[in-house]
Amino acid sequence: MELNEWVFVGAFLAIAWTFPLAPILANYFLAPSRPSRIKRDTYECGVETVGDTWVQFKVQYYLYALIFLVFDVEMVLLFPWAVAYNELGMFAFLAGGVFILLLLEGLVYAWRKGALEWS
Amino acid sequence: MTFIEEILREQLGLSADLAALLIVFGGVLVVATGGLLTPIITIWLERKVAARFQDRIGPNRVGPLGLLQTIADVLKLLSKEQITPRDADKVVFFLAPILMVVSVVTMFAVIPFSPLAIGADLSIGILYAIAVSSLGTIAILMGGWGSNNKYALLGAFRVIAQLLSYEVPMILALLVPVLLAGTMSMQGITEAQANIWFVFFVPVAAVVFFISSTAEVGRQPFDLLEAESEIVAGYNIEYSGMQFAMFYLGEWLHAVVICLLTAILFLGGWQGPLVNADNVIGPILGMVYLIAKTTLLYFVHMWIRFTVPRLRIDHLMAFNWKFLVPLSVFNMLIVAFIWKLFPAPEEPGFVAELPRALGVLVGNIALVAVTLSLLQGYATRERQKVEGLVDETLYDPRAPRVAASATD
Amino acid sequence: MGDVVFAIAFWVFTLLTLGGGLAVVTVRNLFHAALFLLVSLFGVAGLFVLLVAPFLAAIQVLVYMGAIGILIIFAIMLTRGMMRLEHPFNSQAVAGGAVALLVFVGLVLVVTPLADEIGLAEVNIPAEIIEEDDPADVDYETVSEMGRVIADRNGFVLPFELASILLTAAMIGAIVVAREDEA
Repeated sequence: MELNEWVFVGAFLAIAWTFPLAPILANYFLAPSRPSRIKRDTYECGVETVGDTWVQFKVQYYLYALIFLVFDVEMVLLFPWAVAYNELGMFAFLAGGVFILLLLEGLVYAWRKGALEWS
Repeated sequence: MTFIEEILREQLGLSADLAALLIVFGGVLVVATGGLLTPIITIWLERKVAARFQDRIGPNRVGPLGLLQTIADVLKLLSKEQITPRDADKVVFFLAPILMVVSVVTMFAVIPFSPLAIGADLSIGILYAIAVSSLGTIAILMGGWGSNNKYALLGAFRVIAQLLSYEVPMILALLVPVLLAGTMSMQGITEAQANIWFVFFVPVAAVVFFISSTAEVGRQPFDLLEAESEIVAGYNIEYSGMQFAMFYLGEWLHAVVICLLTAILFLGGWQGPLVNADNVIGPILGMVYLIAKTTLLYFVHMWIRFTVPRLRIDHLMAFNWKFLVPLSVFNMLIVAFIWKLFPAPEEPGFVAELPRALGVLVGNIALVAVTLSLLQGYATRERQKVEGLVDETLYDPRAPRVAASATD
Repeated sequence: MGDVVFAIAFWVFTLLTLGGGLAVVTVRNLFHAALFLLVSLFGVAGLFVLLVAPFLAAIQVLVYMGAIGILIIFAIMLTRGMMRLEHPFNSQAVAGGAVALLVFVGLVLVVTPLADEIGLAEVNIPAEIIEEDDPADVDYETVSEMGRVIADRNGFVLPFELASILLTAAMIGAIVVAREDEA
């Protein structure tokens, strides 16, 4: 019967975007619109924009995202384990414990290598 | 629900399908509107509380006690021009604030307000809430990119690094109530706390969840994305009028939602005396309890917000990866281990569940004690390092500068 | 009504999946392509829900949209000058197309009963699997069953642990590659 519940979620998703859209549209019709060249400039603290917005970013951001991804996959795999945990024996604890300690090892490696430092 | 369906079908003569459809859409409208209107109250509340913390009066001109201040602000924003920069990626720029609000509002679909009042009791309820809220990250990235502004894009990158990082301890802490309740359904987790609320025996998970979800909202002391007093506004710098307000609304709604989630996962949700689904007043009373618990948590949230200074970004990351993540991993392991040591009670009841809860609580206390002593050792070493550095470099130029290079 | 809602949902999600996928390969702007990829992934999540696999749907959104999607965009940002590609096709377009076609045909043959129907291959699927279930009757509690299996000595505990080792290796590898100055 859970499909009925999902119908609600689907309806929610279908309707939800109208809530933020309505005030934005209302604003569009109510507010004055007097665009000028300077007003529509990119605002970078009043200084003329120099060069491309596409400045190359530090690899640091990418590294955080990668470590996060690994943890994310790991935690998602732990959810079924946690749900079934009450019905399982001590072996389940060992399985989950080894699983997560192995990953902690990765974190320790990242830590020792300085991949977690913000520079 | 069935009660309304009967009215629709028998009094108004609608077909069963149409009645069911109307109920679904009516439910969505009620839940979403109710959720969206909460910031009108919480913004006023927060400004008042902030004022008291800072020895001010706060809004007091518009309406009694300044209650209508938020409405005045909304009207003001409605009259403001929405400026789209010339170089912006217009479609992405337009969609970002909408997605931001959608990602938060849709979380309300699985919130159990009382034994009967829940939008959708999904079997993966809590995972649904986390998954939907992770879409907010994309909205921020779209806003930063769409503005075509270096500061906006940089701001977006910083925020996302923070949001992604703090999602790890948040989900790890969340695994604990799932493990204890044996289900991901929000209603199931609430029902599992009928006798003892989880916060009383897994306080570490509760605190870690609350801290990391505060960081997910991006509020003080984790508000590096905004930092009004230091940098330009961040990823939403180019937004104005209602589009800006939608980002703002998303943040405020998210703050309410995390308090709701903490109340449900750890404070027993709608559980409280005299609540059961059988009598008429039960469901209403449940809603009152949930709102009361949420308000209490929201006050704690504001309390932190107005007393703790902002973190520096490297400290922010270190606090997450080197403190919260290891802590939540060990916390989960300890809770899981002790939970298995005690046999499950034959039938539910406060006395039957007490020994196991006490065991887990002892484990939590031991974990806190070990953590505190480790932190104390760390602090002592850091202090000695700093003191040593000052002594050696200032007074003895030939002294080895080991201390200086060891600060990493 | 259930069937109608189901059909509408199916077509909406199919359209999102295929339309998003098509846009990914045709759109010139790399960032837009990444966003269309997310749309496509969302469609897949919806299809998972219709297939009575809500847990997979949640994973799809949480991991693929929330983490891998972001990672892809970060990767795009790291590469400079990828934004203005003059030609959407490179010298490997034909080979790539051929591989894609082969994989598609292979998938159709393996997962659908089409091969059996047109006589290409004989598929012996037990009748009880082919028999269609009403989605309303299917048990949604697949998650705890999965949990029981991955923590079972005779089940999938070894793949479960190997997954952890794989993830750890991925993390270490990423750090080594990203910080080549120290490797």
